[in-house]
Amino acid sequence: MMVQTMNNTLGFPILSMLIFLPLVGAAVILLMQRANEKAIKMVSLLVSIATFVLSLPLFTNFDKSTHLMQFVERHEWIPSLNMNYYLGLDGISVLFVLLATLITILCVLISWESIKTKTKEFFISLLVMEGAMIGVFCSLDFMLFYIFWEAMLIPMYLLIGVWGGPNRVYAAVKFFLYTLVGSVLMLVGIIVLYFYAGRTFDILDLMTKAYPYKMQLILFWAFFAAFAVKVPMFPVHTWLPDAHTEAPTAGSVILAAVLIKMGAYGFLRFSMPLLPDASRAMTPVMLTLSVIAIIYGGIICLAQTDLKRLIAYSSVSHMGFVTLGIFALNTQGVEGGILQMLNHGVVTGALFLSVGIIYDRTHTRVIADYGGVASVMPIYASLFIVFTLASIGLPATNGFIGEFLILLGGFAANQWAGVLAASGIIIGAGYMLWLYQRVFFMEMNPKVAGLQDVNMREFITLLPMVVLIFWIGIYPNMFLSFMHPSVQHLLERVNSGGAPAVAVNVVTQILR
Amino acid sequence: MPIAMPNLTPVMPEVVMTCVAIIMLMAELVIKRKETLGFLTILSVGLISYLLLGSAGTTFGGMFVSDGYSTFFKLIFMVNLVLTVLISPKYLQTMRINFGEYYALALFATLGMMLMASAADIIVLYLGLELMALSTYVLAGFIRYDMKSNEAAMKYLLLGAFASAILLYGTSLIYGLTGTTNLKDIAAYITNNGLAKNPLLTVSMIFFGVAFSFKIAAVPFHMWAPDAYEGAPTPITAFMSVGPKAAGFAVLGRVFLVAFGSVRADWSMVLIPIAVLTMAVGNIIALSQTNIKRMLAYSSIAHAGYMLLGIIAGTPSGLSSVLNYMFIYAFMNIGAFAVVIMLRTEGFAGEDISDYEGLGKTHPTAAALMLVFMFSLTGIPPMAGFMGKFYLFMSAINAGYTWLVIVAVLFSAISAYFYLRIVMLMYMREPKEVIQLNTSPGIGLALALTVSAVIFIGVLPSAVMDLARTAAASF
Repeated sequence: MMVQTMNNTLGFPILSMLIFLPLVGAAVILLMQRANEKAIKMVSLLVSIATFVLSLPLFTNFDKSTHLMQFVERHEWIPSLNMNYYLGLDGISVLFVLLATLITILCVLISWESIKTKTKEFFISLLVMEGAMIGVFCSLDFMLFYIFWEAMLIPMYLLIGVWGGPNRVYAAVKFFLYTLVGSVLMLVGIIVLYFYAGRTFDILDLMTKAYPYKMQLILFWAFFAAFAVKVPMFPVHTWLPDAHTEAPTAGSVILAAVLIKMGAYGFLRFSMPLLPDASRAMTPVMLTLSVIAIIYGGIICLAQTDLKRLIAYSSVSHMGFVTLGIFALNTQGVEGGILQMLNHGVVTGALFLSVGIIYDRTHTRVIADYGGVASVMPIYASLFIVFTLASIGLPATNGFIGEFLILLGGFAANQWAGVLAASGIIIGAGYMLWLYQRVFFMEMNPKVAGLQDVNMREFITLLPMVVLIFWIGIYPNMFLSFMHPSVQHLLERVNSGGAPAVAVNVVTQILR
Repeated sequence: MPIAMPNLTPVMPEVVMTCVAIIMLMAELVIKRKETLGFLTILSVGLISYLLLGSAGTTFGGMFVSDGYSTFFKLIFMVNLVLTVLISPKYLQTMRINFGEYYALALFATLGMMLMASAADIIVLYLGLELMALSTYVLAGFIRYDMKSNEAAMKYLLLGAFASAILLYGTSLIYGLTGTTNLKDIAAYITNNGLAKNPLLTVSMIFFGVAFSFKIAAVPFHMWAPDAYEGAPTPITAFMSVGPKAAGFAVLGRVFLVAFGSVRADWSMVLIPIAVLTMAVGNIIALSQTNIKRMLAYSSIAHAGYMLLGIIAGTPSGLSSVLNYMFIYAFMNIGAFAVVIMLRTEGFAGEDISDYEGLGKTHPTAAALMLVFMFSLTGIPPMAGFMGKFYLFMSAINAGYTWLVIVAVLFSAISAYFYLRIVMLMYMREPKEVIQLNTSPGIGLALALTVSAVIFIGVLPSAVMDLARTAAASF
């Protein structure tokens, strides 16, 4: 068998430590006095910062010259079923771990004052969530992946349902059931794959096998059930607006920044390399669904009266871009898709954080309750415009790079898809700028008179996002360089079963 | 002609258990503190478990067999008995039914289950089944002054009697056909004489299936379960939801895979619709329950449906996945019932689902435990319930029943709704009134044991799985 992994050169099991450090933090909080809220918050903050610092070697020590799995750990777990505790990262997954560890710090900070009941349970859920999220991106054993994937449901269900808005219970149950139904179908698919491939859950091993076309098609839709719900793709996106809107700020941020990325990640990590023929065959369907999501999500945004709901639907539209890029099945598209996943995590995360900041002051999410905020909260307004423009995809912000690459790839894959998707950017500019206008300019609404501008804690929470937006926007290669070999390897696998679906020279396309 | 003394080693645990039960019955007259009896029961379980480990063998002319399979089930019965005894005393005091016979009856019921697990002959099977059932009838009606408890016992008795009669009828048919009641001889006779297509065999198999379906509360023979579960004293509900069900699966596995192993294609045609119906009815009706004991009754019906998948698979791995699941189920289900018992105080039933509103605020520990059990019953990792289901589904898919597994996972997703509702009420609603918890060291210990087992097996399931695998391979 080909060697597909590299040894961990760090000298310590970094991935396990990343997964278990937050869990240990959660256990510590579990043992703490409920009344001592200050200490609980401090422990969560310290644990999340420690996890982030611990994750930095992933950024600095990652070998960008190879598609092989790095920082690998492997231990026997259930030998009789050939299930292993098998972790590793490649260029596709590494950045998401960093995103998850960063986002968790921000979530702790933003919840500092807004969580007033069951503080202990909240921070336990948040840290358990972080551990499970990191686990999802690190797993190289399909069942291990599935276990982290499902285990995430419990803290997320609680985050939405316990600390969310007025309609939180409905949103939480809807989120749980949608995701669960999708996941269990994937579980059946995993087991079928396991027996066909000769009893293994090892993803790298599974990728070396060829599966009959018909089986690939069935499995593709079984996996689709899980991943498309998570993304969420049209038409299974309806849980997202509810969950995003009702969740507490930290919950919305985690959902937007990390959780829904897992759907797209699932396509990249499982559907495409395991089921290359089916993925190629299903490209038209996936592109169509993506374009519908882009345009439909955008148009619905125009009609929203609720701040968070608007941003939630914009996620549907933006994730449409991601799936479009991924299923363009060419380098630009896939790299753009992955970059856009990060971008969307940063930008939409930042938007939800910002909405949380103003919601803590006004306790309303209705757009009509705002107006003229720029004159009372100037710093906040200038931060928000950065996020707005990044969301639209203005050059020099990260949104531009991602969407540009995706459109390049999408156009090469299918000209109509590219053209239609581009119109989504225009709609995006429309609803975001209009939102900005209604909230920050126009006549001052008496309800916002006298609001305090962002304090130091809130400013620090938003600052990393601003930095990332310009960093990725101005020097994207820093991040793209992580992906090149892995994406190349992935595309070789996907396009190996015949002529590549798209072999158009993109440069000539543009020049023409 | 002198009759040779039978080899007593295989049957030693049962012999000791009989003695203990009889002694308990006597001791009850002199011991004033009934908790002492509970303590003695747990001690004797320790001794019996020790004897179990060295009991392998066949005795009484091949009527009684002690193999890995029976030992594994007996282990489950021991777990069931110990946990039940731990959660009982406080409840019995609260309900003013603190009588010593309770422990003796629980011992006799467990003895019956042990006989069933070891039965290599239908006569022994029937003996065990009746001993178990009669003792459980009494236990179900233990709250003498309570109409519901009486109703529970009566319903359980009547329908149980029907089931026994049907079992006997099936037995008489099979005896008429093959001239034996020994399971192995029946199997041999069927293959040697080409009885596979004999309609009488089919009829008797159906009778066996019906009788066992009663015991495991499979649809459409589940009608007694919700009423019996609701009316019985809650510790006994916990006891009934695990013990007799496990015993039912023990005999189901042995009779159908040993005696009727050669005609698996025929009986699986009967069991498949039963399994689908059981999952459907259990999960769907549970959605509309307002009483937690009834909800858990329907949930336990549904779980029988999942476990039938392993029997239908008919493979060693299918059987071992049933054993594995039953083991896990014992912990998570009794754990859930232990929380239910804690809510029961004098003058407050605490059995309404709405009584759980705000429990996360008033009693965070109890709520957190209930949360673990609910997610485990739903089958969400990292709880043990997931590993149990996963292993069941794997063996069914390996045996070619992928579509059946798809049905099962979808129903299991439906079940999430009613388990989640408890979690939702506990954490997402404000408490209506302050509920006092009726705790005791025994319940505390039982909860500690069950919750650690649920999480530990969920994270490291290998040991139990391997044990179940060896057990299932033993016959």
